[in-house]
Amino acid sequence: MLKAVYEWIDGRLDITPMWRDVADHEVPEHVNPAHHFSAFVYCFGGLTFFITVIQILSGMFLTMYYVPDIANAYASVDYLQHKVAFGVIVRGMHHWGASLVIVLMFLHTLRVFFTGSYKNPREMNWVIGMLTFGVMLGLGFTGYLLPWDNKAYFATKVGIEIAASVPFIGETIQNFLQGGDIVGAETIARFFALHVFFLPGVLLALLAAHFILIRKQGISGPL
Amino acid sequence: MATPTGNAQTVVYVGDSRVARPTKVHVPRDYMAYPGKSETFIPNFLLKEWMVGSVVLVGFLVLVVMHPAPLGYPADPTNSAFIPMPDWYFLFLYQLLKYPYLSEQFVVLGTVLIPGLAFTALTLIPFLDRTPERRFTKRPVPTMMMLLSLAAIVYLTWVSWDHYQHELKAKNIIPEHIAREQEMHAKKQAGGGTGGDQPEPAPVKVAAIVDADDAAYKEVYMKATCVQCHGAQLKGNGPIPGLLGIGDKYNAEQIMDIIRNGIGGMGAQYDANISMGLTDQNLEDLAAWLAKQKATP
Ligand code: HEC
Ligand code: HEM
Repeated sequence: MLKAVYEWIDGRLDITPMWRDVADHEVPEHVNPAHHFSAFVYCFGGLTFFITVIQILSGMFLTMYYVPDIANAYASVDYLQHKVAFGVIVRGMHHWGASLVIVLMFLHTLRVFFTGSYKNPREMNWVIGMLTFGVMLGLGFTGYLLPWDNKAYFATKVGIEIAASVPFIGETIQNFLQGGDIVGAETIARFFALHVFFLPGVLLALLAAHFILIRKQGISGPL
Repeated sequence: MATPTGNAQTVVYVGDSRVARPTKVHVPRDYMAYPGKSETFIPNFLLKEWMVGSVVLVGFLVLVVMHPAPLGYPADPTNSAFIPMPDWYFLFLYQLLKYPYLSEQFVVLGTVLIPGLAFTALTLIPFLDRTPERRFTKRPVPTMMMLLSLAAIVYLTWVSWDHYQHELKAKNIIPEHIAREQEMHAKKQAGGGTGGDQPEPAPVKVAAIVDADDAAYKEVYMKATCVQCHGAQLKGNGPIPGLLGIGDKYNAEQIMDIIRNGIGGMGAQYDANISMGLTDQNLEDLAAWLAKQKATP
């Protein structure tokens, strides 16, 4: 039955080559930690992706309770943390995952750097990677405000002040982030939208490009 | 899954279709074509990578279970004792701004020039380091620069954190998320609530503006300092209370006193408004109008 459904779709869309390409491609020995223990450094990219998936899933559950509104943001996080079953676990995963993903992404960047894997023909994927890095930092910055406790508020205030000191465009950045004259109700709404819609959208697009390029070019050879 | 049969095609595509009729069956290349012990990505390799993944996952979950995510007290812009701290991975950039030649009138060096140069150089490294040599031991310049940057990042992060710890100690401050946890713990032991019932935000008042056509609103309030903080609709802003229904709480005289002397986190407003061109009579009218703002007429 399943086979029949699959063949029905395949007959129309010719999907076999797509997944065969992903599933069957060869993974060479020098990146396989089962053969060379030191090859675990090649796992950092995959692990970053793994934690990114955890971030997206835990974030989706957080939005079931979080209220992006100045009067209720803190109260909703507080409620989630202390009253909702497993709320503390879900929030904990998102909180610690945010740090872990930065660590793993950094280690992945170092692996690519020290193995010289950014060189011809992989220049574009390195640049895509750096853009991803920027988006990840943006996610960290915007997410930090959302619990709306003092730590969140003051860190964001200082962060925006720093952005405002940039010559020429500083004020524009400040207005864009704050959405008004102060860090307040508008800022929460903006940071929420950025954190939950804009930046993850950009992130997914960049990751898709990253993976397509890796598939096209293959992993870099042994040193 | 099914092996591609190649003849399951039920439709012969015509000119309007963008899906080509497969001309060849997809045959993965022979393992022998690759040197060494290579294997297919799914499932063979992915299962091995998953072993590394599960080690990371277990470590991660232990961390999550042992340390609940921190949460302090609700944001209070008037709290001047709070020491602002960004998340740890921004600390090295933050610390940069504490050095004399990277702050004050030189701040652009610390906020834009140095981080900007570093990130741009890193992004463009494939175009700067163009030799085909891949081993890091054979390309000393990029390697040394990366090692130096790493050392700087570690050092700056550590110094920043160290300063913070010293500052906390010197000012005798317990970080809020810890203070709050202790407080909740103490309450629990005293047989009180189970937590989660810290400073509840004030219930949102559903009062409307009374007498919105009054000149005291359109001509005075909108021009006075008040509007900047309490909002054009008198709804307040974040921790700044709204003034809707304020007449239930204070009469005109008391409000005039608040304007003259301030209240709690709000400083005296009288002089600032006079110097902006409002008169004493204006402010009296404003106070009288505010006193009329009652939630329950
Ligand atoms: C710099 C921002 C700011 C300005 C300007 C300002 N206020 Fe306030 N106001 C506050 C804050 C903050 C509080 C809360 C003080 C507290 O309770 O600690 C407050 C409280 C009040 C209260 C008491 C509210 C309550 O529920 O107890 C009144 C009344 C008030 N303001 C009237 C005014 C009037 C009238 C003006 C204009 C002349 C004005 N404020 C201008 C920030 C401001
Ligand atoms: C969310 C962030 C990221 C994810 C999920 C991710 C994922 C991956 C994965 C799965 C690989 C395959 C090889 C491996 O696992 O090591 C890879 C390769 C690569 N990544 Fe990333 N990456 C991310 C960020 C970055 C960053 C920040 C950079 C660098 C600036 C980068 C540059 C590269 C390059 C150049 C390759 C090809 C390496 C080679 O062929 O040896 N990536 N990435």
